[in-house]
Amino acid sequence: MTDVRPVHPNPLPARGERGPSGGLRPPHPNPLPARGEREPRVSETGDGRPLLDVRHLRIEFPTRRGVLTAVDDVTFAIAPGEVLGVVGESGAGKSLTGAAIIGLLEPPGRIAGGEILLDGARIDHLPHDEMRRIRGRRIGAIFQDPLASLDPLYSIGSQLIETIRTHLPMSEAAARTRAVELLQEVGIPAAARRIDHYPHQFSGGMRQRVVIALALAANPRLIIADEPTTALDVSIQAQIITLLRRLCREYGTAVMLITHDMGVIAETADRVAVMYAGRIVEIGPVADVIRAPKHPYTIGLMGSIPSVTADRERLVQIDGSMPRLTAIPSGCPFHPRCNRVFDRCLNERPELFDAGTSRAACWLHAPLP
Amino acid sequence: MTAYAIRRLLQAIVVMLVVAFVAFSLFQYVGDPVQLMLGQFATPVDRIRLTHELGLDRPFYVQYYHFLVNAVHGQFGVSLRIGKPVSVLLAERLPATLELSLCAAIFALVVGIPAGVYTGLKPNSWLARTMLSLSLLGVSLPTFLIGILLILVFAVKLNWLPAFGRGTVVHLGGWTTGLLTKSGLVSLIMPTITLGLFQLTLIMRLVRSEMLEVLRTDYIKFARARGLTDRAINFGHALKNTLVPVITITGLQLGSIIAFSIITEQVFQWPGMGLLFIQAVSYVDIPVMAAYLCLIAVVFVTINLIVDLLYYVVDPRLRVDRPGGAGH
Ligand SMILES: Nc1ncnc2c1ncn2[C@@H]1O[C@H](COP(=O)(O)OP(=O)(O)OP(=O)(O)O)[C@@H](O)[C@H]1O
Ligand code: SF4
Ligand SMILES: [Mg+2]
Repeated sequence: MTDVRPVHPNPLPARGERGPSGGLRPPHPNPLPARGEREPRVSETGDGRPLLDVRHLRIEFPTRRGVLTAVDDVTFAIAPGEVLGVVGESGAGKSLTGAAIIGLLEPPGRIAGGEILLDGARIDHLPHDEMRRIRGRRIGAIFQDPLASLDPLYSIGSQLIETIRTHLPMSEAAARTRAVELLQEVGIPAAARRIDHYPHQFSGGMRQRVVIALALAANPRLIIADEPTTALDVSIQAQIITLLRRLCREYGTAVMLITHDMGVIAETADRVAVMYAGRIVEIGPVADVIRAPKHPYTIGLMGSIPSVTADRERLVQIDGSMPRLTAIPSGCPFHPRCNRVFDRCLNERPELFDAGTSRAACWLHAPLP
Repeated sequence: MTAYAIRRLLQAIVVMLVVAFVAFSLFQYVGDPVQLMLGQFATPVDRIRLTHELGLDRPFYVQYYHFLVNAVHGQFGVSLRIGKPVSVLLAERLPATLELSLCAAIFALVVGIPAGVYTGLKPNSWLARTMLSLSLLGVSLPTFLIGILLILVFAVKLNWLPAFGRGTVVHLGGWTTGLLTKSGLVSLIMPTITLGLFQLTLIMRLVRSEMLEVLRTDYIKFARARGLTDRAINFGHALKNTLVPVITITGLQLGSIIAFSIITEQVFQWPGMGLLFIQAVSYVDIPVMAAYLCLIAVVFVTINLIVDLLYYVVDPRLRVDRPGGAGH
């Protein structure tokens, strides 16, 4: 696991990705540093204060048959410029956590507990308009199906200009100049001409680049990318991830990268959080979590890593399936599937304990009394 | 754009030809004009002569051709009931129907669209719920009943509004208008509401359901994530995306307003084409019926054409890519 593989297997842009001029995009200038060389980002920040601080977040859905807790006691932080990967099976609560941070939880879902701090200030439960000003300006977002993220009735230029002018005091002309620059930066060929085209005139990969340009339009400090490549062709996925990572590095933008793809996490993230049944079960530096996972669930996930990174498959399932929200087991929610389960696991819920450089929510790592 | 418009225009012409053929067939299959004109005691020689004079012995496509040529010039013959040329009769009645229909359409749009937007944006507010329940009433009550109820309350009981007629009209060239006098405007109120109410509720429900649908799309979610203002999201993005289906239905509805006006004109004794048509039907006045049919068809086809061109304006996906505009 220590060798560095090429950033993407296919150095030539895929056919749909090539501009009409026929010219190739230059290979991206910023090759991936070997994993071991990456400095811990947290220590880079002057005062060490995290950019985003999520504490004991709890998301509930009131239903007729009682309140469902979809996200429970989730605590993590993201430092300025840091990439935090978030992985977990479908339904683990990854998207809900992201939606809660940007204040776009859809009713009846609601933040029932905990707090979310951006630059040290609470942003959960902000008045509607104050939260709106944060979205796009300080926290950008890229969603699960980026192909459908663009309004089909407006040219990409007008959507960019609209976003820029919503957040920055710019003239129409200045915003347009910035929009062209953004399109160039995300690798749209002939940006000055393409800016007046409509979404349907772009290929999937190109639209994805436009979405990234839109998310970066007001230069936010944090981007929440919820499975930004799931809907795309495999050959384009790598390019898009590379682009996202390069831009965020240049801009110093932190990323919360939600994905099923451990290969992407391994290549891209500084730290990784593993979610299970609405909780974080393990969080730590990506190299350590991959090389020496601590939580039995993560160990199960990582057992499949070499093949996953080779052919970029989804997470391999561990025996059994994640519990439904209506029937989350008592004690450690993973215990019905855990091969190390012991009596304490059945009734007492483990919190995150220090486990080497990582933290794991497992009684095996409880400090000795 | 031109190719698109021409294609649509050709389609419109085909539709008109078909409708004209139906109108033409009325003459063929309903009653015998020779019999009608000559009366019972005509000799076979008279019959043959008149048949020849009317061109009825010629092949039917030649007759159809002549019918078309006449129709294009507005000639549908003479009303069997009134004895005046149909074109003159229609010209007298057209302004009344058009003014009423236009007012009803504007009423339906101006109230229906905002009401639909509101009920779509705030589906759970009490006002939205009230409007929805009321709209159900509007859909289920027959038009004539609404008209009669209005007359009962505002004309008979309160005596605020006239119960029938167009009030005082002003002649402007060949056009008579009720829009320039107070009594004309006041007379328009109840017929307008009666005629427009059904379309209003329809438009409101349509806009509402389209809004609810569009508000769930990813691009609206992403627009929120971009931090756009509610105003920009609701009106610039959501409402605009509901427009294509709304334009379709609304266009068709406006056409049917003119058709529906038959009933309203009957209730309010409105001197329009609908009233003329009802009277023509009971008298089997074929020339008037044929002309009315063609006129309604022209209205529908024109509205459809406008709708298609509006699509083109609203939805860039229908526009052909400019040459060299890069692939998909
Ligand atoms: N409106 C809702 N009512 C009830 N439960 C909901 C609702 N929306 C989401 N959930 C539940 O919340 C849980 C977490 O959903 P979430 O979308 O965050 O999962 P995820 O980790 O992003 O999964 P995926 O990988 O499939 O995107 C799921 O179990 C889901 O069933
Ligand atoms: S707490 Fe117990 S059941 Fe849960 S993961 Fe650890 S060992 Fe397994
Ligand atoms: Mg998700």
